[in-house]
Amino acid sequence: MRKLKVAVYKFSGCDGCQLQFLNMEEELLQLTDKVEFTMFYEAKRDNKPGPYDVAFVEGAISTPHEVDVVRKLREESDIVVAIGACATYGGIQALRNWANVEEFKRYVYPNPEWIEALKTAEPASAYIKVDYEIYGCPVSKEQLLLFINQLLRHKVPVLPVDSLCNECKRKGNVCVIVAKGTPCLGPVTRAGCNAICPTYGRGCYGCYGPMIDPKPELLAEKFKELNLTSKEIALLLRQFTNWAKPFREVSRRYG
Amino acid sequence: MGSVIKVDYLSRVEGEGNLYMEIKDNKVVRVEVGIFEPPRFYEAFLRGRKYHEVPDITARICGICPIAYIMSSCRALEKILGIEVSEEINVLRRMAYLGEWIESHVLHALMLHAPDFLGYQSVLDMAKDFPEVVRKGLKVKAWGNEVIRVIGGRPVHPVSFRVGGFYKVISRSELMKLLKGVWEVKRYAKELLEWVLKLPIPEVRRDFEYVSLKGDREYPILYGRVVSNKGLNISEDDFEKYVVTEQVKYSTSLRYRIKGRGVYVTGPIARYNNNYHLLRPDVKEVIEAYGYGSPLVNTYQSIIARLAEVYHAVIEIEELILNYREPREPYIEGNVRAGLAAAITEAPRGILYHRYELDDEGFVVNANIIPPTAQNLAAIEVDLMELGDKLVNLEESKAQWLAEQTVRNYDPCISCATHFLRVKKLIIN
Repeated sequence: MRKLKVAVYKFSGCDGCQLQFLNMEEELLQLTDKVEFTMFYEAKRDNKPGPYDVAFVEGAISTPHEVDVVRKLREESDIVVAIGACATYGGIQALRNWANVEEFKRYVYPNPEWIEALKTAEPASAYIKVDYEIYGCPVSKEQLLLFINQLLRHKVPVLPVDSLCNECKRKGNVCVIVAKGTPCLGPVTRAGCNAICPTYGRGCYGCYGPMIDPKPELLAEKFKELNLTSKEIALLLRQFTNWAKPFREVSRRYG
Repeated sequence: MGSVIKVDYLSRVEGEGNLYMEIKDNKVVRVEVGIFEPPRFYEAFLRGRKYHEVPDITARICGICPIAYIMSSCRALEKILGIEVSEEINVLRRMAYLGEWIESHVLHALMLHAPDFLGYQSVLDMAKDFPEVVRKGLKVKAWGNEVIRVIGGRPVHPVSFRVGGFYKVISRSELMKLLKGVWEVKRYAKELLEWVLKLPIPEVRRDFEYVSLKGDREYPILYGRVVSNKGLNISEDDFEKYVVTEQVKYSTSLRYRIKGRGVYVTGPIARYNNNYHLLRPDVKEVIEAYGYGSPLVNTYQSIIARLAEVYHAVIEIEELILNYREPREPYIEGNVRAGLAAAITEAPRGILYHRYELDDEGFVVNANIIPPTAQNLAAIEVDLMELGDKLVNLEESKAQWLAEQTVRNYDPCISCATHFLRVKKLIIN
C-alpha cells in the first residue's frame, strides 16, 4: 500500500498542536508504517515539496506572508485539515481583532515600523477551503490519531458535535455551575477533551469552540444570575475561541 | 577572497528564521540570526484581562513548555496579591515542572539534537539503527507527560494550575500510580544519559557567561537568585535593570544583553554549570564515570546537561511522590490590589521572566515577558561567529549541517531545533 503523504505546518501558534504528533510517542513509530511525513519541519531535516495527500495546519493566519503560504499549501494538498483553536477560530491570537494592531506593535516593539502583521488573526478557512477541522487548544492526540485512522480506512472522518456538558455528565462529574456557582462554558462548548476542566474543579473555558447550535446568549443570562458583571461575561466568552461567531457576537453585546 | 553563507529558512525558532553569515579572510565578519516568527503580541492583549486569566493565556505562548509560562506568571501575580503558597503546593508545582523538563528535554535531546551527532536526517531514521535507544527515550518522555497529565489534566496546556495554587487537591493515590514502573523509567533515563556521554561531541572551548537561577538546597526551578559563572548575583526584582533590550531589523524577536557585560547563555547548560553540586549523586556518578563533570565548556555539550536533568528529575519526582502530603487547601486566596511585581522561573530552555502591573480591581495594566530563547539569540550569533574558519573549510552541505547543529545546541524551541535550515555558500568577490 502506498503511504499517505502528510505535511504538517505551523502558522501563528504555539506549536502545541503539531507537538501532539510527537506526543504520540510509541504510536508515532507505528504510524510511520502507513504515513510518510513528507514535510514536518519540527521533526525532520529532509523535507520535501508537495503534492501532499493531507496537510495538517496549526496556527492562525496573521501576516501577509502566511496568507501566501497557506494558499500554496492548499494548491499542493488533496485534503487540508485545520488543527487546533488557532487554525479553526483564530485562537487566542484573534484577541488582536478586538483592538488596534498598530497600537499593539507600538506597545511591544521599540521599532514598530519594522513589524508586519495583518489587522486580524483569522482561521485558515478565512483564506482557503478547509476540508476538515479538529478542535481544541490543543487538539487531543487521541482525536488526531482517530482522525488519521479513519482517513487510512477511507471513512469520512467524524468527530463529536455535542456539548462538553454531555461529556461531563457521562463522566459523572458534579456540575460546577449548579454546585459551586462557578461560571462554565461547558453547555455551549464542543465535546472532545473529556471534560477535564470541570473534572479538575473549574469551569470550562471553551477551548474546543462552540458546539452545534450553542445559544451562548442563554448561558450569558445564567451568568447574570450568578452576579457576574457584563465585563466578566464578555471576558469569559472572549478566550481561546473568541472569534468563533456565536461567542464573538454575544461577547460584543456585553462590552 | 570571501564568501557568504545564507540560510533562507532556519528552522522555525519557535517560528521562522534565517541565517546570514559573511566570511572574509577565513574569518566570519558578520552573523545575523533573523527571526520571522509572526509577532504574537501577548503583552499587548494581556492588558485589560483579569489576573486569574493570565496563567492560562501565557501558557499559549509555548506548547512545549506551558508550565513554565504558568509558573512565572503565577509567581509574579502572587507577589502582587500577597500570596505565599504552602510547601505542599510548591511540591506539586515542582513535580509538574520537572515533568515538563523531562518531556521537553527528551524531545529535544533525543528526537532533534542527537541525530546531528550521528548524521541522521531525523529521529525516524535514527530509530532504524538505534531502535532501543529511541524506544526507551520515548518511554521516559511519555512518563514525563504522564506526570503533567496526572497533576494538570493534560500534558499540553494543562488546566489545574491557578494563581495561589491549584483548582483542586491532587490526591496522593493518583500520584502513587505514577510510581508503577518508575524503576524502569529511572533505568532508561540513566541509560540515555550514558548514551549521550558516548556521543562524538565536538571538543571546542567557548568562554560564555552562563546565567541561571541559583539553587539553595535543591536544583533550581521555581525560585532563586539570578547568578552567573562570572559573578552576576542579583534578585529577580532587579532583572530588567541589568538587561538591555534590543530590536534588530532582521528579527521579530527582541533580544537581550546584560548591561556592561554583553551576551549570555541561559538554559540547561547554565543551570548545570551553576548548580552542579545539587544534582543527585547517582547522576554525577554517571557523568564522572565518562570523564565529564562541571563546567561543561561548549554548547554542544548542552545535550549532556539535558539528559543529566532528565535523570535527576525522574529521581526527584519519585522522592517527592513518596514524601507527598496533600495540601489542606487547593489554593490560597489573595487580596486583589494594585501593584507591580516580577518573577523568574527555570523553563526547560532557561530563565523565563514575567513582570505584571495590576490595577486595584486586578486587571492587567502592563506586562513584560522575556523568554529564554530571545535571551540566547545574541549568544547563538557569537557561537556561529567563532565557528568561522571551521565552516569555511567544509563543503557546503557539511557547513550547513554544522551551522544547524550549532543553532540547535540552544534548543531555541522545538521547531527551531528542527532539522530545517538551508545554507547556501556563495562566493563573493
